[in-house]
Amino acid sequence: MSDEAIRIGVFICHCGTNIGGVLDIPELTEYTKTLPNVVYSAANLYTCSEVGLSEIRENIKEHNLNRVIVASCSPRTHEPLFRSTCQEAGLNPYLFEMVNIRDQDSWVHMKEPEKGTEKAKDLIRMGVYKAALLESLEKMQVSVIPSAIVIGGGIAGMNAALNLANQNFKVSLIEKDSELGGLLRYLNKVYPTNEDASNLLETRNLVENHKKIDVYKSAVIEKIEGYVGNFKVIILQNKKIIEIEAGAIIVATGAKALSPEGYYNYNGKNIISQLELEGLLKENSINTNNITMIQCVGCRNEERKYCSNICCMTALKNAILLKEQNPDANVTIIFRDLQTQGVAYEEYYRRAREMGILFINYLPEKPPIIKKDHIEVYNEFMNQGIGVPYDLLVLSMPLIANEDSEQLAKMLKVPLEENNFFLEAHVKLRPVDFATDGIFVCGSAHWPADISESISQSNAAASRASTIISKEMLEVEGSTAEINTDLCVGCEACIKICPYSAISRDEETDTVVVNKVVCKGCGVCGASCPQNAITIHHFTSDQITAEIVTYGGG
Amino acid sequence: MVFEPKILGFLCNWCSYAGADLAGVSRIQYPTNVRVIRVMCSGRVDPVFIAEAFMNGIDGVLVLGCHLGDCHYISGNYEAELKMKMLSKTLSMISFSDRVRLDWVSAAEGNRFAQIVRDFTEHIRKLGPSPVKNKKIKKEIIDNLNAVKFALCDTRLRALVARQRELTTEGNVYGEIIPTEEFEEILDNAIENEIIRHKIIEKIKKEGKSVPDIAKEIEVEPHKVLHHIVTLRARGLVDVDQINEEIPTFKSIKEV
Ligand code: SF4
Ligand code: SF4
Ligand code: FES
Repeated sequence: MSDEAIRIGVFICHCGTNIGGVLDIPELTEYTKTLPNVVYSAANLYTCSEVGLSEIRENIKEHNLNRVIVASCSPRTHEPLFRSTCQEAGLNPYLFEMVNIRDQDSWVHMKEPEKGTEKAKDLIRMGVYKAALLESLEKMQVSVIPSAIVIGGGIAGMNAALNLANQNFKVSLIEKDSELGGLLRYLNKVYPTNEDASNLLETRNLVENHKKIDVYKSAVIEKIEGYVGNFKVIILQNKKIIEIEAGAIIVATGAKALSPEGYYNYNGKNIISQLELEGLLKENSINTNNITMIQCVGCRNEERKYCSNICCMTALKNAILLKEQNPDANVTIIFRDLQTQGVAYEEYYRRAREMGILFINYLPEKPPIIKKDHIEVYNEFMNQGIGVPYDLLVLSMPLIANEDSEQLAKMLKVPLEENNFFLEAHVKLRPVDFATDGIFVCGSAHWPADISESISQSNAAASRASTIISKEMLEVEGSTAEINTDLCVGCEACIKICPYSAISRDEETDTVVVNKVVCKGCGVCGASCPQNAITIHHFTSDQITAEIVTYGGG
Repeated sequence: MVFEPKILGFLCNWCSYAGADLAGVSRIQYPTNVRVIRVMCSGRVDPVFIAEAFMNGIDGVLVLGCHLGDCHYISGNYEAELKMKMLSKTLSMISFSDRVRLDWVSAAEGNRFAQIVRDFTEHIRKLGPSPVKNKKIKKEIIDNLNAVKFALCDTRLRALVARQRELTTEGNVYGEIIPTEEFEEILDNAIENEIIRHKIIEKIKKEGKSVPDIAKEIEVEPHKVLHHIVTLRARGLVDVDQINEEIPTFKSIKEV
């Protein structure tokens, strides 16, 4: 192709009167003929109509065009159509270029037709100079392994696995512990229904007995390789190395409770954590009268700025249970702010108030002081300390990220936020996706989540994963980055900068390479490479510079 | 006749280009001065493109991307911001930084796009034509822009900017995080140095000159000039030309 003479055909669209009613189309057509490499230039009434499209096809053949330009509306809406028209006529779709003379010209300069026409000339000329430098590119097809790997066998992971398995996908569930269930195993009852947590643990049987799910317990992840559609996870189980392949990965590694050691005279006897209280309630072994809880212990402070999301409702739940067991008990919750969002949770809070549970607010700068048999809380409204007696003091500890999340994030090449929870691609728009295709997150690995949140997130992650593993093939964008190994000095700046981890050092050849399947063609690496060693196909520096130079000099 | 500025706009495909299309769909009228180059992300815009635009007589350049946090490619516009900051530091040394603007336009902000074009066109109109178009000083201005381009192409400077986010948030290989202010200082120095080095090269392209002579010509203290000469020699761009009465003269030995 490179030796072949460039033959550009330009199709200028009237778009009815949308363009033709403002810009001088005959003048544009004539002008275009004067531009280098242009061998054909004509106007159409509607280029996107079947008549217009067949004119493109015919003229590609008749004039042996090897570049096509349509000057009309926006490439954002019409480029795919014209590209496939070119393809039908045997032209590589990347040899097509579009010039926007409607949305960004005739429609916005309706009262300045001459100036608008001049602008259109510049835009077409820029298109022609770019088109001359366009190259054929291929869209790659990659096959997809129709199965998923779920990392973590808590409620989120189990539910994600079941969801996919019930859609008939093969799922491998990897759990580091010797049994499934995660934190759910330590819970007594769950809010807001107050049903037994053991009911929910039934999920374990469904998972273990599902013929589409392989469960790997006491398994440690050693290595993760590959990319969307083709991941390989290597695990160590019973000193055996096992290799698992899958098209998508769901991270559901959960979180753990912060140790209460060192907070508010914790002693594990009459000063315990909320999680320990769950255990005692399960055994039904509480017979004290004054029970006081302190909220936000060890979080929403300088060290851990976040709210752990589940502690308010957990405290309410246990307070209600205690009050139900023994209506004469004095149950007090010392809190900073109470979060009980939505109808059901707010209802739950009201119920707690009606039952006579006492709520006392404290200020972070004046935390409660633990005395031998009572707690002193400074109350802002009364501007004085209040003494609250206690037999049992319960500390609400936040959930924190697992220590191994950092290592897992490195292996998956996905980011963590500052508290080491996994960071999604977009907090609003892509809540369970990672930027890296084919990897998803759900449950408390992402953020402290309660059971209903974990379940909805795991369903979301499973359905996102199924959009990938339900396909036989993935088609990948042809306009990607490519590194010229002769120019690259291996500084690895691009590896860090690529938001999709598409660039890595190939261990065999010891060169820095772009994985075309993963690359999205954003071009950021190309603009950053200190050595100018990266070509961004379809938006090459040469192509862009040609546009700049002809505009400036024209 | 009113001066009609020649403005180039780099628009990212996902937000700002879509915003510009929306202005069209809504028939919002704005000045005809901007020609748009569509890029996939504002982070694609290499500062060198903008130096190139100025060298070719373009009066002003707009770079528009998605709002911070909304980049289709997650962090591309943060990278664009760092690059444009570096570019504007560099351009400010030759009084060109007023002619570039980086801003954010979402796909829903047709009006905002039109307003930015109106404001920027007016702004450039007030600044007047690019000095490149002034025949009398054209050569000097092009020399200056060449110095800017030299700096923007410098691998060390580019590496610094490419690593900026990493160095100021994650830290270097020893885990030391460089505070942003300190980083800016390093960057400022690096830019200034590159521009001076280019000036030196320009002066000794045709004939060898001694350090004191170069220092006088470019108005930089001799010990600094010597320092730069040593660096340029190490890069293989400059070498000793002759030694007259124990005073060496230096000459540039490679096209840059
Ligand atoms: S930034 Fe450029 S030179 Fe550095 S590793 Fe990447 S391609 Fe190579
Ligand atoms: S073009 Fe974008 S996605 Fe592709 S390798 Fe470069 S930075 Fe990564
Ligand atoms: S895609 Fe718009 S700035 Fe990156």
